Amino acid sequence: MPPDGKALEVFELTVRFGETAVLERISFSVERGQTLGIVGPNGAGKTVLLRALIGAIPSEGSIRWAPGTRPGYVPQKLDLERDLPVTARELLFAKGRVARAARSEVDRVLSLVGLPLAVAGAPIGHLSGGQLQRLLVAFALLGGPNVLLLDEPTANVDEAGQESLGELLHRIQREEGLTLLLISHDLSVIYRYATQVLCLGHGRPCFGPPHEVLTTESLAELYGGPLHVHLHEH
Amino acid sequence: MSTSLSAIDLPSLGLALAMAVAAGLVGCFAVMRRMTLAADALSHVALPGIGLALLWRIDPLIGALAMLLLGTLLVWGVEHRTRISVETVIGVVFSAALAAGSLFTSGEELIDALFGGGRPVPAWEAGLGGAVAVAVIAFILVARDRLVVSLVSPEIARTAGIRVARLDLAYLFAFALTVALGLRFLGVLLMGSLIIVPAAAAKRLARSLRGMLAWSVAIAVASTAAGSLLASLLHRQTGPFVVLVAAAFFFASVAWRR
Repeated sequence: MPPDGKALEVFELTVRFGETAVLERISFSVERGQTLGIVGPNGAGKTVLLRALIGAIPSEGSIRWAPGTRPGYVPQKLDLERDLPVTARELLFAKGRVARAARSEVDRVLSLVGLPLAVAGAPIGHLSGGQLQRLLVAFALLGGPNVLLLDEPTANVDEAGQESLGELLHRIQREEGLTLLLISHDLSVIYRYATQVLCLGHGRPCFGPPHEVLTTESLAELYGGPLHVHLHEH
Repeated sequence: MSTSLSAIDLPSLGLALAMAVAAGLVGCFAVMRRMTLAADALSHVALPGIGLALLWRIDPLIGALAMLLLGTLLVWGVEHRTRISVETVIGVVFSAALAAGSLFTSGEELIDALFGGGRPVPAWEAGLGGAVAVAVIAFILVARDRLVVSLVSPEIARTAGIRVARLDLAYLFAFALTVALGLRFLGVLLMGSLIIVPAAAAKRLARSLRGMLAWSVAIAVASTAAGSLLASLLHRQTGPFVVLVAAAFFFASVAWRR
């Protein structure tokens, strides 16, 4: 059990594929209701970390979730072919029945993520990238999770969509009292919403508040070269 | 051409239609899992089992079923325990199985094993086959939601408490049992087609998952009934007629929803 107030405590987590250590002795913790941003270049092991945290792959070290943790997972993209005649509502009702959620929960999560009923009733191939991402968030919210693990939720949407999705996640986090673990390549999203940041990549893993961890020098070391950061203006 | 409808063996037809319902349902999830080619190849693995069973003078269905279940375990083991591509294993092992099976089997037995025969079904086999078909249908209907969630994302399925590896194995067993049910009618070369083709046509015609399941079952049953009737009237192997009718449904679906 992690110390009071913490949703998750990870100590010296190592994940190996054969002889190769994809993650090596990673330690960090997440406070309840806070957002952990996870950044790093492709291949740094960010998705592997989330999969290890939900027990999908074997790992060494310790992963301690707070008692009563109900994780929800938001993958980067839908793993289904887009030309299947399956509607968003059918997917949500299937998940709702598996999670033993009330039927009214489907309408509630659709409203929470801002997906109109007409869109939810259409085959998934008719949904835009942003709508699919909202569907995946709604899918994860069914069953009443108190922790959401999000794997690059803004990767397949345009810049305007990224901003509104970021706002949406922040609003849902506040309203539902969620703890978020958020992988994102969009550093402006991390700067704006993350309370702590975990960097995985070249050099040593780093962990701390965004303004301390995400300096020009540390980012250059993390990504193995100079990086230009563009923050969205409001 | 003296054969009439009354000459059709009713227990055989009943079992064939029950098998078709199972094939229609199992096929939808095979199409959604993008395992259409793998599904076809998996049915080939039954051939060496049939050949060995004939060699050892036991019921060919038992040999076929044993090999299908072994093949299923192999696919599942490769998928979950190694990093080797499943397609690679299927391509190599199951093609080799087809080659080995053709060495153990010959003459009319080989033709029946490859394309399905028209011999009457014994009562015990009709009863057992009917029970297996009901079990496969019940599994798909009961596990439908879990199968859908694990298709959307195995990680989401895991956080929803679904044991993904166990569910995958159960689905592959249901697939293997459906292939075994249909071997007598369609043979190892064509049975995979009755699982895949109706589901592929249904995918084009339906607007929802429920619709896809309904279309797939309807097309599989109609193809089996019409194909069996044609084969009986023309005194030919059942399998090719069933698959040709199913293929006609598929091309009609393409023309309908271009």
